[in-house]
Amino acid sequence: MVERIDPGKSDLRLQMRGVCKRFGATVALDDVGVEVAPGRVLALVGENGAGKSTLMKVLSGAIKPDAGEMRLDGQSYRPGNPLEARRVGVAMIYQEFSLTPHLSVEENIMLGMEPAILGVVRWKEVRRRSIEAIKEFDNPELTPDARVSKLSVGSQQLVEIARALAIGCRVLVLDEPTSSLTRGDVERLFEIIGRLKEQGKAIVYISHFIEEVKRVADEVTVLRDGRVVGNSIVASISTDEIIAQMVGRKVEDLYPRSARHPGEVILDVKDLSGVEKPRSASLQLRRGEVLGIAGLIGAGRTELLRSLFGLDPVRSGQIKLGLYAGPASPVRRWAQGAGIISEDRKEEGLALALSISDNVTLSKLRGFGPLGLVLPGRQDRAARRWIHKLGIRCLSPRQPVQSLSGGNQQRVALARLLQHDVDVLLLDEPTRGIDVAAKALIYKLIDELACGHPPKAILMVSSYLPELLGVCDRVAVMCRGRLGPTRNIEDIDEHKLMLEATGQTIRDPAGEVKS
Amino acid sequence: MSLLRAIYRQPSFKLALALVAIFLFFVVAVGAHEALNIHSSNRQVLSRLQAEGVSPAEAQKDPSLLDAWSEGYWASVRFLGRPNLEMIARHTTIVGIAALGMTLVIIAGGIDLSVGSIIALSSVAIAWLLQYAGAGPWTAVLGGIAAAAFCGMVSGLLITWLRVVPFIVTLGMLLIVRGAAKGIAREQKIDVDMDRLVWLDDLLASVPKDRSWMLVPLGVWILIVMAVTVALMLRYTRLGRHIFAVGSNEETARLCGVAVDRVKVAVFALCAAFAGLAGVMQFSYLSVGDPTGATGLELNVIAAVVIGGGSLSGGEGSILGTVVGALIMTVIDTGCGQMGLPNWVQEIIMGVIIIVAVALDRLRHRRSA
Repeated sequence: MVERIDPGKSDLRLQMRGVCKRFGATVALDDVGVEVAPGRVLALVGENGAGKSTLMKVLSGAIKPDAGEMRLDGQSYRPGNPLEARRVGVAMIYQEFSLTPHLSVEENIMLGMEPAILGVVRWKEVRRRSIEAIKEFDNPELTPDARVSKLSVGSQQLVEIARALAIGCRVLVLDEPTSSLTRGDVERLFEIIGRLKEQGKAIVYISHFIEEVKRVADEVTVLRDGRVVGNSIVASISTDEIIAQMVGRKVEDLYPRSARHPGEVILDVKDLSGVEKPRSASLQLRRGEVLGIAGLIGAGRTELLRSLFGLDPVRSGQIKLGLYAGPASPVRRWAQGAGIISEDRKEEGLALALSISDNVTLSKLRGFGPLGLVLPGRQDRAARRWIHKLGIRCLSPRQPVQSLSGGNQQRVALARLLQHDVDVLLLDEPTRGIDVAAKALIYKLIDELACGHPPKAILMVSSYLPELLGVCDRVAVMCRGRLGPTRNIEDIDEHKLMLEATGQTIRDPAGEVKS
Repeated sequence: MSLLRAIYRQPSFKLALALVAIFLFFVVAVGAHEALNIHSSNRQVLSRLQAEGVSPAEAQKDPSLLDAWSEGYWASVRFLGRPNLEMIARHTTIVGIAALGMTLVIIAGGIDLSVGSIIALSSVAIAWLLQYAGAGPWTAVLGGIAAAAFCGMVSGLLITWLRVVPFIVTLGMLLIVRGAAKGIAREQKIDVDMDRLVWLDDLLASVPKDRSWMLVPLGVWILIVMAVTVALMLRYTRLGRHIFAVGSNEETARLCGVAVDRVKVAVFALCAAFAGLAGVMQFSYLSVGDPTGATGLELNVIAAVVIGGGSLSGGEGSILGTVVGALIMTVIDTGCGQMGLPNWVQEIIMGVIIIVAVALDRLRHRRSA
């Protein structure tokens, strides 16, 4: 698929070949090759976790590959760290900007390479070079002495690009550049990408949005499970074909599914909107069913769960949980019989320095002793029950959670919901970053809960489509803050979900078009 | 055997060992210092006598010559003796009681800089109530503690409502409360008539002979009882577990339905209430409401907690550690004092101890991680 590197093939700006990277047992990159010529835009697409960001970290020198070689303009290129990569002209622009908000535009552009004599900055030179870098953009908001924190997101991104230009970059990598931009800013960005192409820069454009790729890129490389599965000229490939390459994977037999009997509606959401996301979400969740929410990272799925649970403010819309109507604080939500698992286990889901017992019982410290006292021995007894039932590998219930593996930490997070005995489980990426054994256990547990006595209701967000198709009864797709209609699992497949998640229209078998 | 190992593993146990080591060091150092002093003064006497023409054999018999060894020995024994131990306990009480509350705040991930001012306010309020409002000692004490707790509650509410970090809010409260104390006292010390004090002036007074069964003054017993109560509260109540959870990871606590704001307000109010109780001790010790007293004491209080293993990033700390930390500071203080070291040397030593204690604690963490 990728041609052997020919050092004489000097018309290529960047060549990566045979790049491999393993993290423990997981293969993140397997023999990946990428090529870009000057004045061309290469789009790199793939599902969440396909290996795009790992590949870009290799390119930027943030991680070292286990094998493979890279060439820049025919020269061997082996960056030891991101700074070295920048110095030879490989610049990255990430979703999260690396700007210092309190400094001015020119200070940001020249940060770390200020022209100076004996440590005294030559401000005239700074001004000259930063004007040089931003004049291309022709943006009235962008003046050298403007404060970066006062700029719009689109203009901040331009400052990042100007910084890359000021160091004379040869390869420019844009990671999901449009995910936080307005329509107008996106158009302006595309215009600037066009001009950078004319200047002979080689551009790597990473995106989920296939329609953008079709507009802006010349070539497209598709990654899946750490491998290159497609390499084509954009003009000669259809959107459907790209998506087919992205998802072409078979569902493994990992997902037990007992007969489920959905009961009464226990969670009813109408036109819910938060401060920024979600913009509009309606759903009905019944007892005894698993409802999945698919979508891309940043689509607003986490924010939907958070605003349901009272962790994010609700701006408008209705929530009815069982008999309780309206938004409520997390304290009340637990009392009403709902529980949540955070997608961010380390920062939010668990108190890492505290013990397993404390983490499992934190949401309901009642019934552990007389007079409302909390006796650690009884907390341990409760924790031991779940350690045994979920097979948490640990030395004792007093062990701090941070000493457990990811899979075991997630079991602790889940044990909290089981200990609290909630009726509605909100699970945000419950299998992120855990091993297959723990995943299988969680799938089995979800199935047991949905079919238990009484049956529970489960709302599950996941970026891993096979998992959603394997576990859920119904799935809705969230795209740019809006939750689409729920569909039965029989009526959908990965291809359709991916189309909808990337903002395409979905064609029903009947031929009618829904958006 | 396993019990011994479990005790040894307690971080506070090692700290207690350090306390004993420091104490024994001063026992020896004070004795050695005394012996050296005697020795050099003997030399002076001898050389003076020789200058006067007294023969060396005669000079040795001069009555002003003392035995350096036995004097040094007795100085050591005095340092080990009951009066000295009692004095150390008494001197630890004010900082120790305030540090109990500070431990709660620091475990919850906060800090309270207004403790010194609150101690002053409490002592001024007590003096004012006794002298001008005709209140009895019980009313005055409760009034002082209530005024202090109110200040802490205000800090807590400001921190949670305005979402300003505790450092800033309590820095502001440090000035506000100090100003209020000076205002109430009209910028003077409030002297209280002896007959109005009743029992209020002997909380920290040395134990009289006829009540030697008390071992230490009532104030020290109050510190001990409070320390045990707070330690049990931290371990066996929902509030205690919630304080640890908030300090360890506020996001997790919120996600788990802990009323984070309420916990914070409670913690700051409790901290100030303990500062108020420390103010009662301060008043009892001086029998005067001094609006400029206890200036900078908050730093000693924070130092006691930090030496005791409290982490300023929250989630860690223990009452036993804090009490031991406060004792370490007093032992160093009295030891240096009895060796006649000047104040500036004491301050440098104290600074070094704080940094070394925390550095050792971090080292232990890194090894266990």
